[in-house]
Amino acid sequence: MSSPILASLHQLTIEIGDIPILIRTDNPDFAYLLEARYGEFVTAEAPRAVIKLEIELVKEAAFGIEDSGFVKDGEDLSVRLESGRWVMERSDYRAEWDPQNHQGWVRQSANPYAIDGVLRIMHSLVLAREGGFLVHAASAVRNGCAFVFAGVSGAGKTTLARLAPPDVILLTDEISYVRPMGGSRGSGVRSSEIPSRHVPNRRSTIDNRQSYEAFGTPFAGELARLGRKVRAPLRTLFLLKQGAENRIEPLSEGQAARELLRHVLFFARDEELVAMVFQTVCDFVRRVPVRRLVFTPEARVWELIT
Amino acid sequence: MSPLYIARSHEIAARVLDGEMMIMSARDSTLFNLNEVGTIIWQAADGAAMLEDIVTDICLEYEVDPAEALKDADAFVRELAEHGILRLSDQPIAAPAAAPKEGT
Repeated sequence: MSSPILASLHQLTIEIGDIPILIRTDNPDFAYLLEARYGEFVTAEAPRAVIKLEIELVKEAAFGIEDSGFVKDGEDLSVRLESGRWVMERSDYRAEWDPQNHQGWVRQSANPYAIDGVLRIMHSLVLAREGGFLVHAASAVRNGCAFVFAGVSGAGKTTLARLAPPDVILLTDEISYVRPMGGSRGSGVRSSEIPSRHVPNRRSTIDNRQSYEAFGTPFAGELARLGRKVRAPLRTLFLLKQGAENRIEPLSEGQAARELLRHVLFFARDEELVAMVFQTVCDFVRRVPVRRLVFTPEARVWELIT
Repeated sequence: MSPLYIARSHEIAARVLDGEMMIMSARDSTLFNLNEVGTIIWQAADGAAMLEDIVTDICLEYEVDPAEALKDADAFVRELAEHGILRLSDQPIAAPAAAPKEGT
């Protein structure tokens, strides 16, 4: 079996939200597993990666678990900064990442869920300093603009994704990726170290100081389908609520921030970053329309999403 | 009741949205929304003013029983202190080196 993506060192680059992360493993089977898991988010251009992770596979017993099934983030997760390095621990992995030299390692069992969890955490850490965030939300692109649909499990994220008409490009049905356009306030991955083509494109018709983009992610929910590796300017964020009819309701900035904060994914116990995420959400609700989408599980709801 | 001085903590992020004061504890991520009176107390918490004096000023503007208002304010500031939002002391509290970031 050969692959145009995997090199002899069994490495691949997983690029999500315009941030390429190089994964190295000494296990070719695991590398193929990741290539299949991440689909079009795997790129062949390893030199562009600005974060490098070495994967060491160990037997599951090393973590005291019998079952390799998905362990949800947060159940037993610890993310903390120790001597300048981020330490991430869950029952099925331990990982460390040095944000200064952008290198790290993951010790995990041979299942894709562990590295999936590590990637989510690392992106949330990078985004916190960028003024962006990961959010429990479906998202999609229609007519060149992105729409984000946030809600808890059961709110209808996957339902809405399933009901999407053919002209809609699904970015994710579970975890959406939101990043400010045209600048950051200093991420763990310094903008000077990101090749210029990874800096979000500036669009002359949009005020970059006040705009955000949504990116597709491979983080799937019940739909069990990868999002498309596509990005688009974010037009509206909807907070989902199922009801007897389809309608859009306005929200005050305070309401929007309160509710959105409940859906933002942030795992680290770090006072500075928690404060940054709070300010990011407050900035976001002042710059992007946040509305409540009351909907019934029928395709007509998409008539409101234009 | 002994003197109670109150000061805003460093370990918070605060923001006014639509005239509503939102404060998040950076320590435990608890979010607080302060009403008008709570915001007045919060903004007056400079470490130099006593809670009793702050409440006296509030009672000049609002028709509330001073003893009841002080009791409510005392419970309010102690709850915020539990989440690291406010610092409490029976003596004046030194001004922080850098005020917490508060946006509008």
